[in-house]
Amino acid sequence: MLGNEGIAHACLEANIDFASGYPGTPSSEVIDSLRVQHERRLYVEWSVNEKVAFENALAAAWCGLRALVTMKHVGLNVAADPLMTSAYTGVTGGFVILAADDPFAHSSQNEQDSRRYAHFARIPCLDPASVQEAHDMIAGAFSLSEEVGLPVMVRPTTRICHSKSDVALGPAGSEHREGQFHRDPKQYVVIPAHTRVLHTKLNAKQSGLATRLVELGFNTAGVRGKTAVIASGIAAAYVSEVIPEEVSFATIGAYPIDEEWLAAFVRQHDAVVVVEELDPVVEEVVRQVAGDIPVFGKKNGYAPREGELNPAAVAGILARAGVLAESGFPAPDPITDLPPRPPILCAGCMHRAAFYAIKKAFPDAVYPSDIGCYTLGLQLGVVDTTICMGASITVASGIAHSGEPRDVVCTIGDSTFLHTGLQGLMNAVYNGANMTVVILDNRITAMTGHQPNPTTGQTACGVESVPVSLDAICRACGVSFVETVDPYDLTGTIECLKAARGTAGVKVVIAKQPCVISARRAGVRRKSFAVDTAACTGCRACVRFGCPAIEFADEKAYITDLCTGCGVCADICPAGAISVEVKT
Amino acid sequence: MSRSFDILIVGVGGQGTILASNVLGEACLVEGRHVAGAETHGMAQRGGSVESHIRIDAAGGPLISPGTADLLIAFDMLEALRYRHYLPPGGVMVAAEQIIVPTPVFQQKLAIPTPEAIIARLEGIELCRVDAAALAVEAGSILAQNIVMLGAASGYMPLAAGSLITAVMRCVPPKTVAINVAAFEKGMDAGEACRTA
Repeated sequence: MLGNEGIAHACLEANIDFASGYPGTPSSEVIDSLRVQHERRLYVEWSVNEKVAFENALAAAWCGLRALVTMKHVGLNVAADPLMTSAYTGVTGGFVILAADDPFAHSSQNEQDSRRYAHFARIPCLDPASVQEAHDMIAGAFSLSEEVGLPVMVRPTTRICHSKSDVALGPAGSEHREGQFHRDPKQYVVIPAHTRVLHTKLNAKQSGLATRLVELGFNTAGVRGKTAVIASGIAAAYVSEVIPEEVSFATIGAYPIDEEWLAAFVRQHDAVVVVEELDPVVEEVVRQVAGDIPVFGKKNGYAPREGELNPAAVAGILARAGVLAESGFPAPDPITDLPPRPPILCAGCMHRAAFYAIKKAFPDAVYPSDIGCYTLGLQLGVVDTTICMGASITVASGIAHSGEPRDVVCTIGDSTFLHTGLQGLMNAVYNGANMTVVILDNRITAMTGHQPNPTTGQTACGVESVPVSLDAICRACGVSFVETVDPYDLTGTIECLKAARGTAGVKVVIAKQPCVISARRAGVRRKSFAVDTAACTGCRACVRFGCPAIEFADEKAYITDLCTGCGVCADICPAGAISVEVKT
Repeated sequence: MSRSFDILIVGVGGQGTILASNVLGEACLVEGRHVAGAETHGMAQRGGSVESHIRIDAAGGPLISPGTADLLIAFDMLEALRYRHYLPPGGVMVAAEQIIVPTPVFQQKLAIPTPEAIIARLEGIELCRVDAAALAVEAGSILAQNIVMLGAASGYMPLAAGSLITAVMRCVPPKTVAINVAAFEKGMDAGEACRTA
């Protein structure tokens, strides 16, 4: 099973009562598994952002429940505010924070290391080396959280979350709790007089924590020779594939690391190599205790500071450090002169149509954008900036206020707008920006695997809910130009955008059309379109549109069976050569 | 440490590489063997180049290092060439004959190698070409190409055909079991033809 499915099942085994999260690759399938399972009754929600998810789960843990909150690494930035103080308040029920890191940024905007956050907040962090270990650590994480009264972070990486493996599972737990809040202002109201005391308590909890993690078996070391390799997380699995038998091996699966334990191990060796992905977190502790024993790692250039590892890369590190005579792995050159195959928007995707209309109505503008499938609008030349969730609107207002003479048109998805876009809109209106916001409203959080959100009309568990009105929200923020358009109606969308261009202030255009994948799953079928080859002039206007259903050969365009019948290319074709396919 | 048997499946997002790797994983469970694998989720799924790693009898991590795969299954000729460096010299590749032309080729008028040019650049490896699309249509559905490819590659794997067929039956949608089993068997015949040629 998938690593995330293993983690989700382990939560069921550990008698979880409450789970919340915001989707983010590579973390999403944990909540997605919990919301569709029937093995155990528990409360599951997709929250509107990570801070909201975190605070909901924290409160449940205050009420004595076993609670889980999930997010990707950058989501933890959004939840950092409650994270830092939740360590002060502590918890009564077990509270596990699953923050999934993404070395190599397979599907992320950076390669930050969540272990730093655990250190910063002064909470324990578990770092699994395999899918089975990720599963097995969950029960320990909940009980540790209850034992020490702190939130516990579990930090898998992409190659755990999206790995598949055989996993030994246990039965779902049958123990259930009912939440009860015990009033205790000294614990839960962090006014200065209380928080100073809580800070002292938090510091007191640190002593013994590192030793306890060794006792629990998360950190292990075996002396086999005079040279040692110390590895953490998935890197330990790669090391196990290539390490010689006569080299000592320590695996770090939990932080904080017990410095006395580590020093005792390190001092039995003449040289130590540290192998870990992302930041030199383990290496820094090793260097603190190593004295004059040579340490090989990221800080002296033996291991890369970026990207992800694999067995060959680890063998390369060990060879450079002198642990292996040579890497033993071939280093073939990949073939690089091939046409690229980047991910692209689906055939019939509403985003492509909306981007096309924006480019027509605003041919020379600045186009801030945001995080979602529509970031792929980069390929269409309509995405100029992306930094983090919700930042399209704020970057747009910043550029608009900077004196930049061109129009500013930003794009943001429905889920991202509700995540952290709304505050930016309120701010832009309040401060009198001159800009156009296009909300790409496909009624779903598509990129991470079609999770429902408040615009969808149902909850994570499929219960019907009142869909949020984006129109009403925007009007409530003080926007008077709020128009909803169907992006498949290219002419109408372009006209609306031109009207926005001619209006002062903050304008919002809601381009609304269901995600083509979720529409298909819901049974929507449209007739395919076809090119009349005799009428096609080979002008390539439709090809430049970039739909994967449109191909070009012998100076003519063709539409393949990928066509979902959105019909936008028929509007684009200057020769009128595209129309609904007539089956003969 | 015992050596794992490492299979890399490559293709285009939407071609069913994940289902194919699920079938291989399930077949390992049928035989009671350890398996580890890694695959592409999220953004790259949208029509991009995708890869699935499957390590049978795995004892370490889920990733296959370049130059060390025991078998490469390519659902597309262009992707076959893009990932050929994962095979050692003399390694085995089972490749579908088709080329899905990447959309940027049309948009930016890029050159794309012909099938003949691709085959020429795959020299030095044992190549088994399979007309997966035609065999899938014969079996009853163009969507079964991924299972045809598994059938074609099955003779090169240390897994019993029976285990793989059981795994196919467990992994595909219930209504499509007959079509997919037929697709697997047609693929097996094509793979057998490669090995006896």
